[in-house]
Amino acid sequence: MSAPAHYEVVIGLEVHAQLLTRSKMFCGCPTTFGAAPNSQTCPVCQGMPGVLPVVNKKAIELAMRTALAFGCRVNPACRFARKHYYYPDMPKNYQISQYEEPLAEEGRLEIDIDGASRTIGIQRLHLEEDVGKLVHEGTLETAQASLVDFNRSGVPLMETVSKPDLRSPEEAAAYLKAFRAVLVFLGVCDGNMEEGSLRCDANVSLRPRGSTTLGTKVEIKNLNSFRNVQRALEFEVKRQAQALDAGEGIRQETRLWEADRGYTRSMRSKEYAHDYRYFPEPDLVPLRIDSRWVDEIQAALPELPRARRQRFVAQYGLPGYDADVLTQSRALGDYYEAVLREPAPSAGADRPKIVSNWVMSELLRVLPGDDERAIATSPIPPRHLAGLLRLIDDGTISGKIAKDVFQKMFDSREDAATIVGREGLTQVADETALGAIVDSVMAANPKAIDDFKRGKTVAKKSLFGQVMKATGGKANPTLVDRLLEDKLAKIQR
Amino acid sequence: MIDRKDVEHVARLTRLALTEEELERMREQLNSILTHLDTLRGVDTEGVEPTAHAVDLVNVMREDEVEPCLPQDSMLANAPDRSGELFRVPRIIEE
Ligand SMILES: [Zn+2]
Repeated sequence: MSAPAHYEVVIGLEVHAQLLTRSKMFCGCPTTFGAAPNSQTCPVCQGMPGVLPVVNKKAIELAMRTALAFGCRVNPACRFARKHYYYPDMPKNYQISQYEEPLAEEGRLEIDIDGASRTIGIQRLHLEEDVGKLVHEGTLETAQASLVDFNRSGVPLMETVSKPDLRSPEEAAAYLKAFRAVLVFLGVCDGNMEEGSLRCDANVSLRPRGSTTLGTKVEIKNLNSFRNVQRALEFEVKRQAQALDAGEGIRQETRLWEADRGYTRSMRSKEYAHDYRYFPEPDLVPLRIDSRWVDEIQAALPELPRARRQRFVAQYGLPGYDADVLTQSRALGDYYEAVLREPAPSAGADRPKIVSNWVMSELLRVLPGDDERAIATSPIPPRHLAGLLRLIDDGTISGKIAKDVFQKMFDSREDAATIVGREGLTQVADETALGAIVDSVMAANPKAIDDFKRGKTVAKKSLFGQVMKATGGKANPTLVDRLLEDKLAKIQR
Repeated sequence: MIDRKDVEHVARLTRLALTEEELERMREQLNSILTHLDTLRGVDTEGVEPTAHAVDLVNVMREDEVEPCLPQDSMLANAPDRSGELFRVPRIIEE
């Protein structure tokens, strides 16, 4: 659904990503998901009086890595602030966050929408701590109490705020997808939205088309899947358009997306107060991030999927689809290029595409996924795949046999030459030997010969199949085809 | 000057239910703190960088290493109310 034509939709997203550290942001408690409630806490992350938080260096570095990948400016000085609000998920009654001096500002993220590319600005990126998890006792209607698990309290979160550059719910979903892909690629977040590793809030407003001032914005919380981002925003755009059409105006407020019911509802001001009374966190000293530290992180940045995709198309002449698949994960792209680096003396100019076909349709068929782990533990390393392709290139085996060999390589972890040698799969390319087989197949199939004589050219196909079968698929298909052609032509005359 | 409305506002944000008497006492005390700050404001700070710290330190960080937590039971020991492994707090759902 798109907005009514006379309004322009303006959306900005705030994404919270849980950083992949082993320990929490300000204490040494582990961040493992799914542990017994309140088994991973200490006085620091339970907000006991008199404790001192200490910054986890890895969290800063993961956030810097992300910031640099988005082309952000990493601020030379930043500090933490206390954000005050009172809620049972946070016993010290303030969340340690960043306010006036965030870690990084002014970046961008490219998204693809309807085949075109758009640049979405990133306003700021900062660090904060997560809060505890609250569940209701019993059902929502009958609950007498709420229950709190503080395992998540103090887990490092990175908040990234986009500029209000998104123009439709579809674009918002595309942004979130691209954002998640970058984070997963960089290894800074596992991107698991179901477990809450990635959470999203949206700001949305409408304005008359052509207007340059922003309309009254509404914040929507609880958008925890790509689908919900799009659905909630579609609902909200429609709601706002109807209100504006009716001359009602929009109230600046926070609304909660009720995914099960498919609508947004206003949150009471009591549930959500915007008066956070920020002030600098006195328990933490400021951070000074010098250019050497920034350079170090920058130098270790991997090539991002988008840049790599463009390079694969330009350098290897791959179709966009192939480049997409091969760059989904860093490990798969690395695998592909590792195969290409192996020697291939008899290969043609179409080698990059041939390798791509094998990786996409054969390797990805047998591996459990394209992630780091699946690729690293692949029974067929790049060297073995390259070896298999060399056997096709120099005519040792046919493409058809190669597929069987591939499966055997996967099952046995052996290289192609070993399997081909042991099982006698070498292609029969001896013209005399093949000619004799063709002759005997023709002699054994008088009906096919008759059919052929009567103009049924399909009979040739059947003879071809018989020859391949007689050689156990090892006959060189081009040669078989030529021999059949010659011999049948003679009969015809 | 802090008036009654300011005190009521802050009390609401901090979830404190104050009696009339307490509201008035808070108003007086907060105002006397602000008066004290006025004294500090009189100090000449021309050319002095603002800081949130009295110590001259930056980049105090720790490596990302897991340390032992406190046992679950001891972390729950002081809870006014608990339900199994969870802290139990008054219902916070708004109707
Ligand atoms: Zn802790």
